[in-house]
Amino acid sequence: MRFEAPRSVEEAVTALAGQTGAHVLAGGTDLLVKLRSEMIEPELIVDIKRIKGVREIAAEKGGWRIGAAVSGAEMGEHAGLVADWPGVVEAAGLIGSTQVQGRATLAGNLCNASPAADSVPAMVAAGAVARIVGPEGTRDLAVIDVPKGPGKTALARGEFIVSIFLPAKAPRSGDAYLRFIPRTEMDIAVVGCGISLSLDEADRVTAARVALGAVGPKVILVEAAAEAIKRRVLDEAALADLAAACSKAATPIDDKRGTVDFRRHVAGVLARRAAVIAAARAKGDKA
Amino acid sequence: MSRIHVTTTINGDATEFLCEAEATLLDVLRDELGLTGTKEGCGTGDCGACSVTVDGRLVCSCLMLGAEAEGREITTIEGMATGERLHPLQKKFIEMAALQCGICTPGILVAAKSLLERNPDPSEEEVRYWLAGNLCRCTGYDKIIRAVMETAADMRRAS
Repeated sequence: MRFEAPRSVEEAVTALAGQTGAHVLAGGTDLLVKLRSEMIEPELIVDIKRIKGVREIAAEKGGWRIGAAVSGAEMGEHAGLVADWPGVVEAAGLIGSTQVQGRATLAGNLCNASPAADSVPAMVAAGAVARIVGPEGTRDLAVIDVPKGPGKTALARGEFIVSIFLPAKAPRSGDAYLRFIPRTEMDIAVVGCGISLSLDEADRVTAARVALGAVGPKVILVEAAAEAIKRRVLDEAALADLAAACSKAATPIDDKRGTVDFRRHVAGVLARRAAVIAAARAKGDKA
Repeated sequence: MSRIHVTTTINGDATEFLCEAEATLLDVLRDELGLTGTKEGCGTGDCGACSVTVDGRLVCSCLMLGAEAEGREITTIEGMATGERLHPLQKKFIEMAALQCGICTPGILVAAKSLLERNPDPSEEEVRYWLAGNLCRCTGYDKIIRAVMETAADMRRAS
């Protein structure tokens, strides 16, 4: 195995495209585990952390461009990002321990393509866009379209994600992410739900995006759930309709972490709770 | 296979080493540099026994390649005491017997020091969450948490 740490996107693309069995290294919290357990046997590891901008959070068009090697801890310490997209920051912050937070990245969580990835439903709810570079140049792809199934992504050979863009937050809007795990910390989501919504002056929902994780082979954007609450105040009836739409859209499996029935139910419960938090944030609640 | 030449700083000392591309920072610390205070527990980032800081950030050295250390500043448990003078956390852990077998202790000390540098007055809950990635199979954690809380209180009084 060889190791390269290129200084530019072009060098990284050339290295990745020119070698079969090349893997990208950002935070390494998934890659190193796979390497140690011999799940992968790379010919080449390309560390992208030395590329300019890849470790930065930059303001762009009212939103935020988060470099592919920015860690969860760095996101949590960025006041502007936390103010605009607290749900995305919290979702990333749920991944692993303090030590893992020091390295783990949004882009890595996305490319690892686990159906239970915590940050992915939050990014999908936020309308996040991945910037992908590769031999054919640069392209932007909605985060929802990056994972294709467990461990599979839409990235072609030689391509990697260089940054994640979170768009400008609309006025009177908020986001939230909740997951269910059977303990308080350090576990993999049994169900996850990310919601982003906007309210008018009468507190009616004007726009919403609802995404579920860990209840299908990849993240699910539940358009029926968004429709269920649009133009409505989030009262008990609206929240019940939201929950029902999410339970219906979930396509989970039975496994050691949860049953199909339990996961369907919890998808609805989490959606309801996350919507309440997102709405409070839209009204200016800082918590 | 040619080995990679890495120039880095470990516990304040300029350090150079050669490593294989596959070698983790933990492998390098223990096997190349003889810094065996950093322990290997799980090797998969779950137990925290291999905790070190890289540019001031707490990480698992088993989840980082040695080659990534180029140009970084690494601090290990060996950098915690000043000569013979133990860090207040080390003294308190001994005083309160906040350890039994000791395998998790270097990682917990490095992690706790990192917490107190960021937050000199943590709540018990904050200490417990911060150390959630440091597993101890002997103590039941209670003495560890109390030792960290008492050290924090002592250090606040002293400053």
